[in-house]
Amino acid sequence: MTLPETIPLLGIGWDDLLFLALAGVMLGSALLVVTLRDIIRCGLAMIVSFGALAGLYVLAGAPFVAGAQVLVYIGAISVLILFAIMLTQTKDAPSGLVFQTQAIPAGIAAIVLALILAITVTATDWSAAASRKWTWTGKPPEGQDGLGVAEALFRDYVLPFEVVSVLLLAAVIGGVFVAKRERPRVDEPEERG
Amino acid sequence: MLAFLSDVSQSLDAYLILAGVLFAIGAFGFLARRNAISMLMSIELMLNAVNLAIIGFGAFKPELNPSASVIALIVMAAAAAEATIGLAIVIAIFRNRKTPLVDEYDAMRQ
Repeated sequence: MTLPETIPLLGIGWDDLLFLALAGVMLGSALLVVTLRDIIRCGLAMIVSFGALAGLYVLAGAPFVAGAQVLVYIGAISVLILFAIMLTQTKDAPSGLVFQTQAIPAGIAAIVLALILAITVTATDWSAAASRKWTWTGKPPEGQDGLGVAEALFRDYVLPFEVVSVLLLAAVIGGVFVAKRERPRVDEPEERG
Repeated sequence: MLAFLSDVSQSLDAYLILAGVLFAIGAFGFLARRNAISMLMSIELMLNAVNLAIIGFGAFKPELNPSASVIALIVMAAAAAEATIGLAIVIAIFRNRKTPLVDEYDAMRQ
């Protein structure tokens, strides 16, 4: 059984439907991340957003980056953030105000920023870039399979790769040092916000 | 019915606008939320928006193809380092101030 070229009744291709669905899920859950009251739910919505973004990477022909997105963001950073949420939330935090006093100007600024970016993107002539991107034919595009990425990462970009490894080591050691529990002091002021 | 949306996944504009909107959402969250960890999550959203723009350019310009993936991977590693340090700082401040809300961090104002 073969699928029809375009979806009946809608008149758009399957790639377009997938793109729209993933984009909708990603933007919707990103909005939930910045607006929900309960911060644990913010973290869970962030995981959904990252997952949809990994799907968009696959659609853009970068399956290796999509795999790294799932491993690094969904597997590591989200878990780290959920742990930090559970370590730092007080009982009365969810019932307090979610937004600061300058939330309305911030919203206006964000909308203006999005509009400026959209107008700039649509007004720019991208004809220097290819007009049609790679479409799925059963294997990743030239240079985007594991071999191509590995050759670029370990031959052309080996110095940034090593610098990033040192950066990660420094970040891990610094994180442990900063978050380490100090010797408890008796004269510590008891403030609860 | 949705014919104006046909070939939407074949245009670089769609990817870049999507990245721009995601960046704006992250910027709003960073400016408006009171909770320090919410602000860190908004930073992650902005970093992901930049990654999406990089991958979009790589998908439409074949010469950029492996380099775009490598740049995105390095941005991810930098984001992981940033999340580690940021959350450690939030936990350290929480231990002293007993609150995760940034507008109550006013020790330098007094």
